[in-house]
Amino acid sequence: MATDLPAPGTEPVPPGPAAMRLRVAAKTPVADGVVALTLTAPDGRRLPDWTPGSHIDLVLPGGLTRQYSLCGDRWDAHAYRIGVLREPAGRGGSAYIHDVLEVGGTVAIGGPRNNFRLVPSDRYLFIAGGIGITPLLPMIRQADMLGADWRLLYGGRSRATMAFLEELAPYGDRVAVVPQDEHGLLDLPAWLPAEARADTKVYCCGPAPLLDAVERRCAAWPPGLLRTERFVPRDTGAARDEPFQVELRRSGVSLPVAPGQSVLQAVSAAGVNVLSSCRQGLCGTCETGVLDGVPDHRDSILDDDERAAGDCMFICVSRARSERLVLDL
Amino acid sequence: MTTAALPSSDADPFAPDVLDDPFPLHAALRNAGPVVHLTRYDVYALARYEHVHAALTDWQSLQSGAGVGLSNFRYEKPWRPPSLLLEADPPRHDAPRAVLAKILGPRALRRLREAWFADAEKLVDEVLADGDEFDAATRLAQAFPLRVFPDAVGLPKEGRDNLLPYGDHAFNAFGPPNALVKKGEPRVPELARWVGEQCRRERLAAGGFGAQIWAAADRGDITHDQAPLVVRSLLTAGVDTTVHGLAAVLHAFAAHPDQWRRLRDDPALARVAFDEAVRWQSPVQTFFRTAARDLAIAGHRIPDGSKVLMFLGAANRDPRRWRDPDVFDLSRDPSGHVGFGMGIHQCVGQHVARLEAEALLTALARRVERIEPLGAPRRHLNNTLRAWESLPVRVHPLRQ
Repeated sequence: MATDLPAPGTEPVPPGPAAMRLRVAAKTPVADGVVALTLTAPDGRRLPDWTPGSHIDLVLPGGLTRQYSLCGDRWDAHAYRIGVLREPAGRGGSAYIHDVLEVGGTVAIGGPRNNFRLVPSDRYLFIAGGIGITPLLPMIRQADMLGADWRLLYGGRSRATMAFLEELAPYGDRVAVVPQDEHGLLDLPAWLPAEARADTKVYCCGPAPLLDAVERRCAAWPPGLLRTERFVPRDTGAARDEPFQVELRRSGVSLPVAPGQSVLQAVSAAGVNVLSSCRQGLCGTCETGVLDGVPDHRDSILDDDERAAGDCMFICVSRARSERLVLDL
Repeated sequence: MTTAALPSSDADPFAPDVLDDPFPLHAALRNAGPVVHLTRYDVYALARYEHVHAALTDWQSLQSGAGVGLSNFRYEKPWRPPSLLLEADPPRHDAPRAVLAKILGPRALRRLREAWFADAEKLVDEVLADGDEFDAATRLAQAFPLRVFPDAVGLPKEGRDNLLPYGDHAFNAFGPPNALVKKGEPRVPELARWVGEQCRRERLAAGGFGAQIWAAADRGDITHDQAPLVVRSLLTAGVDTTVHGLAAVLHAFAAHPDQWRRLRDDPALARVAFDEAVRWQSPVQTFFRTAARDLAIAGHRIPDGSKVLMFLGAANRDPRRWRDPDVFDLSRDPSGHVGFGMGIHQCVGQHVARLEAEALLTALARRVERIEPLGAPRRHLNNTLRAWESLPVRVHPLRQ
């Protein structure tokens, strides 16, 4: 089938996306309490590249930022898919997505960012608890594509609550589906030998008790064999999709940044030259020192510690959590 | 949809006269259409910014795993084991890229900044102490990367003179098997053996980029089999490219004294100046991709497995994208040029190159009032690189 290569923007400098707002192209229930969202760019452009294990931040009303693993197909550059579990005990992020956000609506996102990379291995054991299946889905696809010897142990409260079972069905025996109401808790000792196998990487994502149990079981293993991801909702300050003020200390200029505008665009419009390249928060060229204020990091580059340090930001995508940012420009 | 017939050309982009002056061909290709069939090699050429940018970023449609030169690895045996970065596609490309991107990332390079700025000052002092007339290609553009980069990798001192000829051959080998490739072939076994030796863990000093790659293998982020090939990527792509990038910016300033004055007035322009020179000269002129399936580019059918030749240098001077593209101008925002590529294969060492350039230009701007050409600069021909043999200059140092 023939497809046309998409054309990038050819508008005059500075092009590139402002804060990325994506449109909900589809919203599908995939299990009890779980919906899958398909997100696309309103203008149909390519979305930033990602790798299995990546998540995006959804910037939700009321200053909430929530992370969701990308669980779609990276060979489709025009859509992201996430799976969202309704969390009744949460602060309303998942309820907003379930109850308010509709097909055709838009949502601001950050990232994608990967703290849970799939590393090369001859063998993999994937362990998912509930919605923790989401980052593992694209990993499984790739492990299979590479001809690795892999198994998935997938637990959940009941079969009806376990998302994406039909997508896993074609893998047959490689997947063990273990609903708790039918089989009880996952039998970790049967799956995780007390002594590590150097040729097997274990990837686990799920609720904290599962992660704790897996980590205890693998406590004596050499580092690097067990890889886990924990989503701890971190509210480091209200995420904003509102205007804020940027002061360029060295240039002695202060200027507003509008919601639809990137800091890079605002700064360039004020005549201050900042080199950039990808304009997607991927390449790192536009790194800028932060002297005061709290950046709202939307890039794919910084790890958690670097984000927390708050001393630099990538102004092509990142914004401000504070009313005012002071930059070393 | 009806589309115009696919334009074709029998031009040879790798002929010596074209390598020496590629601009007329670039303009002809851009004007002929978004895609031009080059009959001599049966490849599809892209020379407009829009289409080069789209091709670089669309790794799903245009793969690198079948080689980024003319040779098609689907049918031909590569001259060396393929690169795990440049000549690989997802998913295999992911882990080596992630490891190297972290090691060469802007934050990781902060620890080198001070030392490299001091090294640049020392080099400039040494060169000026020898006189005001010198060859900027060898004394600065070659000397500075060869001074700082192998140390940063952690290479032993002996044999570093192998790096430039090895890189030169690797970049020639992306082109057709012409006289430039033949010229390099006799030394290939010897150079490849030396490079292979340097990729071993024992050869690489603690703390350097090379040792960090091996440490990533110890953590399991890449395999131990992959580590030497990732080190090899540094040695292949990390020297010649920066040498010719630095030569480009030095040549630009020798040819544009007014722009040198601007840099001296505002040394913070050093980073912009380097990227503007990379746009203006495009040290890496071309790369190929291979159609991953039957595709259409601008309505033209590109059959599965065909080679697509992207003219980075032509895209970087496409008047559809750049105002007065042939002018080297520090007031321009060169952001978005494709001199480092774009997308998942974008030059992983770009921050290293920028830091080297910033260090050298800052040191020069501090000591030198004016740079002027001294006789005609001489090109070094390479199938992929826009390179310099010699850039004779006279400088006017500041009275101190």
